[in-house]
Amino acid sequence: MNAWPFIVAAYALTLAATGALMLFTYLAMKRAEK
Amino acid sequence: MADAAVPTLHAFANPARFLKIARPLTPLLLWGGVLLLAVGCWAGLTQTPPDYLQGDSVRILYIHVPAAWLGMGGWSGIAISSIAFLVWRHPLGHVAARAIALPGAVFAAVCLATGSIWGRPTWGTWWQWDGRLTSMLLLFFVYCGYMALARADADRGGDGRIPALYGIAGTVLLPIIRYSVIWWNTLHQGPSIGLTKSTIAGSILWPLGFTMAGFTLLFAAIVLMRMRTALARTKAEARLRRMARA
Repeated sequence: MNAWPFIVAAYALTLAATGALMLFTYLAMKRAEK
Repeated sequence: MADAAVPTLHAFANPARFLKIARPLTPLLLWGGVLLLAVGCWAGLTQTPPDYLQGDSVRILYIHVPAAWLGMGGWSGIAISSIAFLVWRHPLGHVAARAIALPGAVFAAVCLATGSIWGRPTWGTWWQWDGRLTSMLLLFFVYCGYMALARADADRGGDGRIPALYGIAGTVLLPIIRYSVIWWNTLHQGPSIGLTKSTIAGSILWPLGFTMAGFTLLFAAIVLMRMRTALARTKAEARLRRMARA
C-alpha cells in the first residue's frame, strides 16, 4: 500500500489544526488586549 | 525545598509581573516553535530513510509522538496548576489550567487522528479498541468534560475549586495511558522511546527532537496567549464594573 497519501493527510491535518489554534488564539488575544 | 518553591511561585502571582515576562516571551516561543517545527517536518519527510518494516508510514511518528506528549503533558500542566490554585491559592493557577485545556484537547485529538491515519496502512485498520487507543480517547473526553465544567463554574460565579479538583482527579488516566501497552496485550507497540535509550535507529529518530521541541514551544506560546487573553478580559470586566458603580 502506498503510504504517502496517509502521510500527507496526517501532516496536513496536524499543521492545519495547530495553525488554526495559533491563529484564533492570537486574534482573541489581540482583541482582548486592545 | 517546598518553602523555597512557594515564594518563587508567588513572585508570579501578580498578573502585572507575569505579563511583563509573558509579553516578550510569547513571540520568542512562537517563532522558535515555528522554526524548529519546519526543520523537523522537512527532515522527517525528506531526510530520513523508510523503516524496514513500516516503510514510509513511519514518518507520521514525527507528528504523532509530539501530539501524544502534549496531550498527556497538557493534563499534567492542568493538574500542577490546579494544585497551585488549591494549595497556595495561586491566582494564576486557575487561569493557567483553563488556558491549557483547549490546546491539550486539540493535541489529544490530533494524536488520535494521526494514530488512526498511521494505523490504516500499518495495521490494516483505522481503529482498534485496545488499551492505549481507548485510554487516549478517554483523555480527550476528560478534556472536554473539564472545559464544560470550567465554563459552567465560571458562568455561575464559582470559585474554581470544582474544576481544580477534577483536574487533579483526571491525572489517574496518565499512568493508565503510559503503561497500557505493558499491562495489556495491545495492538499498539510497546514503549520504543525512553529518556535514556530508544529501540528506533538514530538515523530515523533524530528529526523527532526538532518536532517535539517545536510543538512544545508552540504549545507554551498558545497557553501564554490564552492566559494573556483571560487576564485582559478580567481587567476589562473589572473596569466595566467600576464604571457601572460610578
